[in-house]
Amino acid sequence: MNGRQVFSLAAALIVLACGLVTVAEQFPDAPGPDGIRKGGTLFEEQSAPPLADPVNAQGKRVRAYPEQPPTIPHTIRDYQIDKNVNRCLECHNRIQTGVSGAPMISITHFMDRDFQVLADVAPRRYFCLQCHVPQTNAQPPVGNSFKDVDILLRNRKQQSAQ
Amino acid sequence: MVEWIKGYWHTLSRPATAFSLGFLLLSGFIAGIIFWGGFNTALEATNTEKFCISCHEMRDNVYEELKGTIHWTNRSGVRATCPDCHVPHEWTHKIARKMQASKEVWGKIFGTINTREKFLDKRLELARHEWARLKANDSLECRNCHDFEFMDFSVQSERARKLHATQLSTGKATCIDCHRGIAHHLPNMADEDAWGPDNPADDASRFGEDNPLKTEGTK
Repeated sequence: MNGRQVFSLAAALIVLACGLVTVAEQFPDAPGPDGIRKGGTLFEEQSAPPLADPVNAQGKRVRAYPEQPPTIPHTIRDYQIDKNVNRCLECHNRIQTGVSGAPMISITHFMDRDFQVLADVAPRRYFCLQCHVPQTNAQPPVGNSFKDVDILLRNRKQQSAQ
Repeated sequence: MVEWIKGYWHTLSRPATAFSLGFLLLSGFIAGIIFWGGFNTALEATNTEKFCISCHEMRDNVYEELKGTIHWTNRSGVRATCPDCHVPHEWTHKIARKMQASKEVWGKIFGTINTREKFLDKRLELARHEWARLKANDSLECRNCHDFEFMDFSVQSERARKLHATQLSTGKATCIDCHRGIAHHLPNMADEDAWGPDNPADDASRFGEDNPLKTEGTK
């Protein structure tokens, strides 16, 4: 590296540093990106929002669409689901539903991927929480304009009646 | 050796000649206080969480699993530690349990569960001991804190209310029948009945001759 190259590199670095200083002066504490956790600045560390409370529903929740896996209407704290035991199935398996009063897992859960019905829950359906989840009282950070299909049909009917 | 024992017996079997009765009584009384107090202090020392987890078998397995459960961390800040559930609080039963626990000292010395693998292999057997113990004493250690008489059914969930009212109140089931594996992970339950030995689903009258759980001589 000759003297000229060293000089140009130093000059470039100085220009870059000056630019950064200017930016930092213009935006001393830039606002954070408008993400899920709104507010705050880039240099500010916000504390996490409090954990939401689980909701223990009385009775069944209506599904938002027919294929929706039903949500879990009770708390499932410390429920063990592993190769040793499945706590959900202690109430929701076929034999136990008579006593527990819990809904039986649907017959689709007995089918393997070739639609062969097995004697008990199919291994691919064993991990309940892959589809079924409990609900909390958390406010959704992003809005949702989903409309129930029944509402859409009713609106259509009203429009055509007018 | 025999002569030596005979010599001692000779001394012990004769009345004291040099000491007054008052001295003997008083010293016996004081020695009694010291020994009895020492015994109880030692007993209490073995009845603490710190003592339990001084062995790695407990610290690395069951203690780790206890952390995070409702009996460890909860909104009201009440914590049940090892002896709260595993040692009876009443003196006679406590002594009986402590004598049983000498087996655990044996296990510690000979390393019965000194690796994770050994522990997992033995876990079902160990769990069955605890289930049987709690079944036999009607879940006494649960009831030290959770009194059926004090339960407010109106704030229990529908399911809990129904089962507590039908199974627990009538004595058909005790706490441990349903609430197994609440403080530690469960072993492989393939050969275990989900609701304990008195599972109402096993009741032959529910199914008649066709009780699916009673056939094949599995029960």
